[in-house]
Amino acid sequence: MKAAVIVFPGSNCDRDAQVALEEASGLPVAMVWHGQHDLPKVDLIVVPGGFSYGDYLRGGAMAAHSPIMREVTAAADRGVPVLGICNGFQVLTECGMLPGVLMRNANLKFICRSVHLRVETSQSIFTAGYEEGQIVQIPVAHNEGNYFADAETLDRLEGDGRIAFRYATPDGDIGPAGNPNGAARNIAGIFNETKTVLGMMPHPERAADVRLGGTDGKALFDGLVEALA
Amino acid sequence: MKVKVHVTLKNGVLDPQGKAVGHALEGLGFNGIGSVRIGRYIELDLDESDPEKARQQSEEMCKKLLANTVIENYRIEIEQ
Repeated sequence: MKAAVIVFPGSNCDRDAQVALEEASGLPVAMVWHGQHDLPKVDLIVVPGGFSYGDYLRGGAMAAHSPIMREVTAAADRGVPVLGICNGFQVLTECGMLPGVLMRNANLKFICRSVHLRVETSQSIFTAGYEEGQIVQIPVAHNEGNYFADAETLDRLEGDGRIAFRYATPDGDIGPAGNPNGAARNIAGIFNETKTVLGMMPHPERAADVRLGGTDGKALFDGLVEALA
Repeated sequence: MKVKVHVTLKNGVLDPQGKAVGHALEGLGFNGIGSVRIGRYIELDLDESDPEKARQQSEEMCKKLLANTVIENYRIEIEQ
Protein backbone atom coordinates (compact mmCIF):
# COMPACT_ATOMS: atom_id res chain seq x y z
CA MET A 1 0.00 0.00 0.00
CA LYS A 2 1.46 3.31 -1.08
CA ALA A 3 0.18 6.22 0.94
CA ALA A 4 0.43 10.00 0.88
CA VAL A 5 0.03 12.32 3.85
CA ILE A 6 -1.07 15.89 3.15
CA VAL A 7 0.86 18.52 5.10
CA PHE A 8 -0.70 21.92 5.82
CA PRO A 9 0.95 24.75 7.68
CA GLY A 10 -0.11 23.89 11.23
CA SER A 11 -0.47 20.13 10.74
CA ASN A 12 1.12 18.35 13.68
CA CYS A 13 0.12 14.71 13.35
CA ASP A 14 1.52 14.32 9.85
CA ARG A 15 4.70 12.60 11.02
CA ASP A 16 2.84 10.33 13.44
CA ALA A 17 0.63 9.25 10.55
CA GLN A 18 3.69 8.75 8.37
CA VAL A 19 5.36 6.51 10.96
CA ALA A 20 2.22 4.45 11.54
CA LEU A 21 1.70 3.98 7.79
CA GLU A 22 5.33 3.07 7.16
CA GLU A 23 5.30 0.59 10.04
CA ALA A 24 2.18 -1.05 8.66
CA SER A 25 3.07 -1.04 4.97
CA GLY A 26 6.85 -1.26 5.02
CA LEU A 27 6.89 1.38 2.26
CA PRO A 28 7.94 5.01 2.32
CA VAL A 29 5.06 7.48 2.58
CA ALA A 30 4.83 10.54 0.33
CA MET A 31 4.53 13.78 2.30
CA VAL A 32 2.62 16.24 0.12
CA TRP A 33 2.70 19.98 0.84
CA HIS A 34 -0.64 21.82 0.70
CA GLY A 35 0.47 24.18 -2.06
CA GLN A 36 1.23 21.38 -4.50
CA HIS A 37 -1.05 20.92 -7.47
CA ASP A 38 -0.33 17.28 -8.10
CA LEU A 39 -0.61 14.13 -6.05
CA PRO A 40 1.62 11.11 -6.53
CA LYS A 41 -0.18 7.94 -7.56
CA VAL A 42 -1.10 6.31 -4.26
CA ASP A 43 -3.53 3.78 -2.80
CA LEU A 44 -4.46 5.91 0.20
CA ILE A 45 -4.46 9.61 1.07
CA VAL A 46 -4.34 10.71 4.71
CA VAL A 47 -5.43 14.18 5.81
CA PRO A 48 -3.77 14.42 9.22
CA GLY A 49 -4.56 16.10 12.50
CA GLY A 50 -3.30 19.43 13.76
CA PHE A 51 -4.30 23.04 13.39
CA SER A 52 -4.15 23.69 9.65
CA TYR A 53 -3.89 27.43 8.99
CA GLY A 54 -4.12 28.02 12.72
CA ASP A 55 -7.81 27.00 12.69
CA TYR A 56 -8.54 30.46 11.28
CA LEU A 57 -12.24 31.10 10.62
CA ARG A 58 -13.25 27.49 11.52
CA GLY A 59 -11.26 24.31 11.99
CA GLY A 60 -10.42 22.97 8.52
CA ALA A 61 -12.17 25.79 6.64
CA MET A 62 -9.06 27.27 5.07
CA ALA A 63 -7.36 23.96 4.36
CA ALA A 64 -10.48 22.75 2.55
CA HIS A 65 -9.75 25.33 -0.16
CA SER A 66 -6.01 24.81 -0.49
CA PRO A 67 -4.71 23.75 -3.94
CA ILE A 68 -3.93 20.18 -2.94
CA MET A 69 -7.47 19.56 -1.63
CA ARG A 70 -8.83 19.96 -5.17
CA GLU A 71 -6.58 17.05 -6.13
CA VAL A 72 -7.61 15.06 -3.07
CA THR A 73 -11.30 15.60 -3.88
CA ALA A 74 -10.72 14.58 -7.50
CA ALA A 75 -8.85 11.45 -6.37
CA ALA A 76 -11.63 10.59 -3.89
CA ASP A 77 -14.16 10.96 -6.72
CA ARG A 78 -12.14 8.38 -8.67
CA GLY A 79 -12.41 6.06 -5.67
CA VAL A 80 -8.99 6.57 -4.08
CA PRO A 81 -9.46 5.97 -0.33
CA VAL A 82 -9.10 9.03 1.90
CA LEU A 83 -8.68 8.98 5.69
CA GLY A 84 -9.18 12.22 7.61
CA ILE A 85 -8.08 12.21 11.23
CA CYS A 86 -9.15 14.92 13.70
CA ASN A 87 -8.43 18.22 11.91
CA GLY A 88 -8.39 16.07 8.76
CA PHE A 89 -12.00 15.06 9.51
CA GLN A 90 -12.87 18.75 9.89
CA VAL A 91 -11.23 19.46 6.52
CA LEU A 92 -13.24 16.68 4.84
CA THR A 93 -16.54 18.04 6.19
CA GLU A 94 -15.58 21.60 5.21
CA CYS A 95 -14.90 20.57 1.63
CA GLY A 96 -18.13 18.61 1.45
CA MET A 97 -16.59 15.16 1.11
CA LEU A 98 -18.39 14.13 4.30
CA PRO A 99 -21.69 15.49 5.67
CA GLY A 100 -22.14 17.47 8.88
CA VAL A 101 -19.78 19.63 10.85
CA LEU A 102 -17.50 19.39 13.90
CA MET A 103 -18.59 21.98 16.43
CA ARG A 104 -16.97 23.24 19.60
CA ASN A 105 -16.91 20.60 22.35
CA ALA A 106 -20.05 20.85 24.48
CA ASN A 107 -18.02 21.45 27.65
CA LEU A 108 -15.97 24.20 25.91
CA LYS A 109 -12.74 22.44 26.86
CA PHE A 110 -9.93 21.06 24.76
CA ILE A 111 -10.15 17.32 25.40
CA CYS A 112 -6.91 15.36 25.29
CA ARG A 113 -7.25 11.85 26.64
CA SER A 114 -7.84 8.25 25.75
CA VAL A 115 -11.45 7.33 25.00
CA HIS A 116 -13.32 4.13 24.31
CA LEU A 117 -14.89 3.57 20.94
CA ARG A 118 -17.29 0.95 19.68
CA VAL A 119 -16.49 -0.28 16.18
CA GLU A 120 -19.83 -0.06 14.39
CA THR A 121 -18.94 -2.11 11.35
CA SER A 122 -16.08 -4.22 10.09
CA GLN A 123 -17.45 -3.94 6.55
CA SER A 124 -15.03 -1.34 5.22
CA ILE A 125 -11.42 -1.15 4.15
CA PHE A 126 -10.75 1.03 7.20
CA THR A 127 -12.37 -1.18 9.83
CA ALA A 128 -11.76 -4.65 8.35
CA GLY A 129 -9.09 -5.24 11.01
CA TYR A 130 -11.71 -4.98 13.78
CA GLU A 131 -14.74 -6.98 14.83
CA GLU A 132 -18.14 -5.33 14.75
CA GLY A 133 -19.00 -4.25 18.29
CA GLN A 134 -15.38 -4.40 19.42
CA ILE A 135 -14.45 -1.82 22.07
CA VAL A 136 -11.12 -0.12 21.42
CA GLN A 137 -9.19 2.55 23.26
CA ILE A 138 -7.82 5.40 21.15
CA PRO A 139 -6.86 8.95 22.17
CA VAL A 140 -8.68 12.13 21.18
CA ALA A 141 -7.16 15.62 21.23
CA HIS A 142 -9.52 18.30 20.01
CA ASN A 143 -11.47 21.43 20.77
CA GLU A 144 -14.03 20.96 17.97
CA GLY A 145 -15.09 17.33 17.92
CA ASN A 146 -18.77 17.71 18.61
CA TYR A 147 -20.25 16.13 15.50
CA PHE A 148 -23.44 17.78 14.29
CA ALA A 149 -25.76 17.08 11.38
CA ASP A 150 -29.51 17.42 10.97
CA ALA A 151 -31.67 14.49 12.08
CA GLU A 152 -32.36 13.43 8.49
CA THR A 153 -28.62 13.17 7.73
CA LEU A 154 -27.98 11.28 10.98
CA ASP A 155 -30.78 8.82 10.17
CA ARG A 156 -29.34 8.31 6.70
CA LEU A 157 -25.84 7.70 8.08
CA GLU A 158 -27.20 5.15 10.51
CA GLY A 159 -29.50 3.51 7.99
CA ASP A 160 -26.73 3.13 5.42
CA GLY A 161 -24.24 1.73 7.93
CA ARG A 162 -21.99 4.74 7.47
CA ILE A 163 -21.05 5.20 11.12
CA ALA A 164 -17.60 3.72 11.66
CA PHE A 165 -17.00 4.45 15.34
CA ARG A 166 -19.06 5.71 18.28
CA TYR A 167 -17.85 6.97 21.63
CA ALA A 168 -18.69 4.42 24.31
CA THR A 169 -18.07 3.55 27.93
CA PRO A 170 -15.50 0.79 28.59
CA ASP A 171 -18.48 -1.60 28.72
CA GLY A 172 -19.61 -0.51 25.30
CA ASP A 173 -22.58 1.55 26.42
CA ILE A 174 -23.50 4.25 23.89
CA GLY A 175 -24.85 7.13 25.93
CA PRO A 176 -23.95 10.44 27.52
CA ALA A 177 -21.52 8.76 29.95
CA GLY A 178 -19.23 7.65 27.16
CA ASN A 179 -19.56 10.81 25.10
CA PRO A 180 -16.62 13.18 25.67
CA ASN A 181 -17.65 16.10 23.46
CA GLY A 182 -21.41 16.10 22.96
CA ALA A 183 -21.27 14.52 19.49
CA ALA A 184 -24.67 13.70 17.99
CA ARG A 185 -25.52 10.05 18.61
CA ASN A 186 -21.99 9.55 19.99
CA ILE A 187 -20.54 9.68 16.50
CA ALA A 188 -16.73 9.55 16.40
CA GLY A 189 -16.23 8.61 12.76
CA ILE A 190 -18.25 8.37 9.54
CA PHE A 191 -17.89 7.12 5.97
CA ASN A 192 -18.90 8.67 2.68
CA GLU A 193 -21.54 6.88 0.58
CA THR A 194 -19.07 4.47 -0.99
CA LYS A 195 -17.19 3.89 2.28
CA THR A 196 -13.97 4.90 0.57
CA VAL A 197 -13.64 8.03 2.70
CA LEU A 198 -13.46 7.89 6.50
CA GLY A 199 -13.36 10.89 8.82
CA MET A 200 -12.72 10.28 12.51
CA MET A 201 -11.88 12.48 15.49
CA PRO A 202 -9.81 9.93 17.48
CA HIS A 203 -6.15 9.41 16.56
CA PRO A 204 -5.38 5.80 15.56
CA GLU A 205 -1.81 6.85 14.67
CA ARG A 206 -1.27 7.72 18.34
CA ALA A 207 -2.22 4.20 19.36
CA ALA A 208 -0.25 2.17 16.86
CA ASP A 209 2.85 1.37 18.88
CA VAL A 210 3.19 -0.20 22.31
CA ARG A 211 5.72 2.52 23.20
CA LEU A 212 2.95 5.11 22.78
CA GLY A 213 0.83 3.38 25.39
CA GLY A 214 -1.62 1.57 23.15
CA THR A 215 -1.98 -0.43 19.97
CA ASP A 216 -5.73 -0.41 19.33
CA GLY A 217 -5.24 1.94 16.37
CA LYS A 218 -2.86 -0.40 14.63
CA ALA A 219 -5.62 -2.66 13.27
CA LEU A 220 -6.89 0.25 11.21
CA PHE A 221 -3.56 0.62 9.37
CA ASP A 222 -2.95 -3.13 9.14
CA GLY A 223 -6.48 -3.61 7.79
CA LEU A 224 -5.86 -0.94 5.14
CA VAL A 225 -2.60 -2.56 4.11
CA GLU A 226 -4.34 -5.90 3.75
CA ALA A 227 -7.19 -4.40 1.75
CA LEU A 228 -5.08 -2.17 -0.49
CA ALA A 229 -1.82 -4.14 -0.83
CA MET B 1 -17.10 49.47 -1.13
CA LYS B 2 -17.39 48.24 2.43
CA VAL B 3 -19.33 45.10 3.13
CA LYS B 4 -20.30 43.90 6.58
CA VAL B 5 -20.97 40.22 7.04
CA HIS B 6 -22.63 38.81 10.14
CA VAL B 7 -22.34 35.06 10.61
CA THR B 8 -24.62 33.58 13.25
CA LEU B 9 -25.58 30.10 14.40
CA LYS B 10 -28.85 28.79 13.03
CA ASN B 11 -31.79 28.43 15.38
CA GLY B 12 -31.75 25.10 17.11
CA VAL B 13 -27.97 24.74 16.96
CA LEU B 14 -26.65 24.64 20.51
CA ASP B 15 -24.26 27.41 21.47
CA PRO B 16 -22.48 26.33 24.67
CA GLN B 17 -20.22 29.37 24.43
CA GLY B 18 -23.22 31.70 24.39
CA LYS B 19 -24.72 29.81 27.31
CA ALA B 20 -21.53 30.17 29.35
CA VAL B 21 -21.40 33.89 28.61
CA GLY B 22 -25.07 34.19 29.63
CA HIS B 23 -24.30 32.55 32.96
CA ALA B 24 -21.31 34.86 33.45
CA LEU B 25 -23.50 37.91 32.80
CA GLU B 26 -26.02 36.67 35.37
CA GLY B 27 -23.12 36.22 37.77
CA LEU B 28 -22.31 39.89 37.27
CA GLY B 29 -25.83 40.79 38.34
CA PHE B 30 -27.44 41.34 34.92
CA ASN B 31 -30.97 40.02 35.10
CA GLY B 32 -33.55 39.04 32.55
CA ILE B 33 -31.19 37.48 30.04
CA GLY B 34 -33.18 35.19 27.77
CA SER B 35 -30.39 33.71 25.72
CA VAL B 36 -26.98 34.68 24.43
CA ARG B 37 -25.83 33.60 20.97
CA ILE B 38 -22.32 34.30 19.75
CA GLY B 39 -21.51 34.95 16.12
CA ARG B 40 -18.81 36.37 13.91
CA TYR B 41 -18.51 39.74 12.24
CA ILE B 42 -16.43 40.18 9.09
CA GLU B 43 -15.63 43.43 7.26
CA LEU B 44 -14.73 43.29 3.61
CA ASP B 45 -13.30 46.10 1.54
CA LEU B 46 -14.19 45.39 -2.09
CA ASP B 47 -13.05 47.18 -5.26
CA GLU B 48 -16.56 46.76 -6.63
CA SER B 49 -18.63 49.95 -6.75
CA ASP B 50 -21.95 48.44 -7.86
CA PRO B 51 -23.84 47.49 -4.67
CA GLU B 52 -25.75 44.69 -6.39
CA LYS B 53 -22.55 43.10 -7.69
CA ALA B 54 -20.87 43.57 -4.32
CA ARG B 55 -23.78 41.74 -2.71
CA GLN B 56 -23.56 38.88 -5.19
CA GLN B 57 -19.83 38.58 -4.65
CA SER B 58 -20.21 38.59 -0.88
CA GLU B 59 -23.00 36.03 -1.12
CA GLU B 60 -20.64 33.68 -3.00
CA MET B 61 -17.90 34.29 -0.42
CA CYS B 62 -20.29 33.40 2.39
CA LYS B 63 -21.45 30.20 0.73
CA LYS B 64 -17.96 29.09 -0.20
CA LEU B 65 -15.93 30.05 2.84
CA LEU B 66 -17.12 32.67 5.32
CA ALA B 67 -20.04 30.66 6.71
CA ASN B 68 -20.63 26.95 7.13
CA THR B 69 -24.23 26.80 6.02
CA VAL B 70 -24.79 23.47 7.76
CA ILE B 71 -24.95 25.33 11.06
CA GLU B 72 -24.62 29.03 10.26
CA ASN B 73 -26.68 31.81 8.70
CA TYR B 74 -25.16 34.93 7.23
CA ARG B 75 -26.41 38.45 6.73
CA ILE B 76 -24.77 40.90 4.33
CA GLU B 77 -24.85 44.67 4.72
CA ILE B 78 -23.53 46.87 1.94
CA GLU B 79 -22.26 50.20 3.18
CA GLN B 80 -23.15 52.89 0.67
